[in-house]
Amino acid sequence: MIQISHVSKVYKNEEIETIALSDISFKIIAGEFVAIMGPSGSGKSTLMHILGALDLPTGGTYLLDGENVGKLKDDELADIRNRKIGFVFQAFNLLPRTSALKNVTLPMVYAGVPKEERFEIAKKFLEMVGLSDRMEHTPSQLSGGQQQRVAIARSLVMNPAILLADEPTGNIATSQAEEIMAIFQKLNEKGHTIVMITHEPNIAEHAKRIIHIRDGKIIEDGRRHKQLRAKK
Amino acid sequence: MELIDLVLEAINTLTLNKLRTGLATLGIVIGIGSVIALVSLGQSGQKAVEAQIESLGSNLLTVIPGALRPGDIRSAAGTSTTLKLDDAKAIENRKIVGIKNVSAELLRRAQVVAGRNNTNTQIVGVLANYQEVRSLKIAFGTFLKDSDISSLAKVAVLGPQVVSDLFGEGVNPVGQSLRINRMVFKVIGVTVTKGGAGFGGNQDDIVLVPLSTAQKQLFGVDFIGSISVQVENKEQMDIVREEIGYMLLDRHKIQSPQNADFTIFSQADILGAAQQITGIFTTLLAGIAAISLLVGGIGIMNIMLVTVTERTREIGLRKALGAKKKVIIAQFLTEAIILTIAGGVIGMVFGILASFIISHLIHLPFTLSFISIILAIVISGVIGILFGLYPAGKAANLQPIEALRYE
Repeated sequence: MIQISHVSKVYKNEEIETIALSDISFKIIAGEFVAIMGPSGSGKSTLMHILGALDLPTGGTYLLDGENVGKLKDDELADIRNRKIGFVFQAFNLLPRTSALKNVTLPMVYAGVPKEERFEIAKKFLEMVGLSDRMEHTPSQLSGGQQQRVAIARSLVMNPAILLADEPTGNIATSQAEEIMAIFQKLNEKGHTIVMITHEPNIAEHAKRIIHIRDGKIIEDGRRHKQLRAKK
Repeated sequence: MELIDLVLEAINTLTLNKLRTGLATLGIVIGIGSVIALVSLGQSGQKAVEAQIESLGSNLLTVIPGALRPGDIRSAAGTSTTLKLDDAKAIENRKIVGIKNVSAELLRRAQVVAGRNNTNTQIVGVLANYQEVRSLKIAFGTFLKDSDISSLAKVAVLGPQVVSDLFGEGVNPVGQSLRINRMVFKVIGVTVTKGGAGFGGNQDDIVLVPLSTAQKQLFGVDFIGSISVQVENKEQMDIVREEIGYMLLDRHKIQSPQNADFTIFSQADILGAAQQITGIFTTLLAGIAAISLLVGGIGIMNIMLVTVTERTREIGLRKALGAKKKVIIAQFLTEAIILTIAGGVIGMVFGILASFIISHLIHLPFTLSFISIILAIVISGVIGILFGLYPAGKAANLQPIEALRYE
């Protein structure tokens, strides 16, 4: 499903080169729940952006469902993001002053889904994340956890191949963070592929596989969370 | 994304910040409003001038002494002595095809006294066919007859303005007498009011006397001031003008038309000149108004640029969720166009109101040209596209991660 081979990313800023990622290779197969861990500045966000087709690698290849993402044009990338990737951001990134329901329909607007169908699907997913009584609320009327659940509903409406979550619990109270992780685990059990960035070990524990990055390199790729516990 | 969704979303966004939206639109309101008001007033003025000139008769050729050559020293109108009554008679006797009437006139100003009242007005010595040539209608009494001309009769036909100056408004003065240069004249008729002041001064402030009386008894001259030639129809104007021209050159023994000691012009010439002048004024006014429209457009662009910067995160999010470039461009262009078209429509209403009020205040006919209304809406839409394109392009070209990171 996801195949990253020798991917590197170098930022050039006024002749100073910053290496964010160097020679990274891994595969993620359908149904996996992967956590990417690393200290800030380790390059995990850059990796996330590349995986999400928000940014392109400067070296190496990224195959998503057999398609070489690095060769695509802006509008084709937009299409990939729309159909194959569901984003959950740390800052939720919901449209302000817009109802939860309308926020959830947004990806379908860009996919050209007919209006009635859009609202039907959006309602279904909002019910799934337990917000059937908050559909007309705007983000400012919702708690952090509720906002993130709206964002999760939004990430699912296009039935994407993978769900990318960037510090999904970073801005949420601990009690609500567990609820969010429960939703992720339920989704994974249903067969959704999830890639999550986090620096909190207890959040990463929910994943089946943990990739550690430091200074733009993979330093550990562990298949089972039991191994992580053993190390600790 | 469907158009209706785009429009609804744009209206939704614009109403979030009403003050800013209002101020951004104001520039367009003022711009379109002033263009409509000034163009409409200009056209009203033009119409008024045209109507006045056309009331003088459109199939009329006028021959005046002296040449209209740039650089020549010209004496005061009416003091040139080269045109004679014989010239008018020659034109008439030549039986040129297309000529209906030939009339000769001598115009001077003089003091006219009746009882205790007096006025300074224009005295016009005319032939009996003057009535037909100038399409004058008689309100009271009769017009001058051929016999009055041949007998040097001391009779006068008055314009309504002179009647009200000398005898009082609405009074029938026929049969009464008045004095011009101490000579007593009997009033035999009054013309119907023509109104307006075109070529030849106010057509109502006039005293018509037999040409022969004016020449020999009133002013002691042997020349005439002008010859009026009434032509059958408009198509024959040019041929008749040419024929009269060559005939008069011949009579005055002048070889080259460049040295002619007379000028022939038609009402169309005056109309054309007047149209040109009012046209220039209208264009000038519209041009000044267009500058405010341009400033309004820049205002829209400014606001749109601010909006794009403010909504960088939103744009980033939309792109992350799959919005293509053209969708982002369409979204921001729609906002800009709605702003300018709303401004255009409001400005149009204000412009029409303003021109309606002003044209009433200065007694001009109120004209409303539908072309300028449609043009106003089209132009405001074009301004929206023109000044919205750059901010919209800027938004569409934002990189999604940079836009998402933006604080």
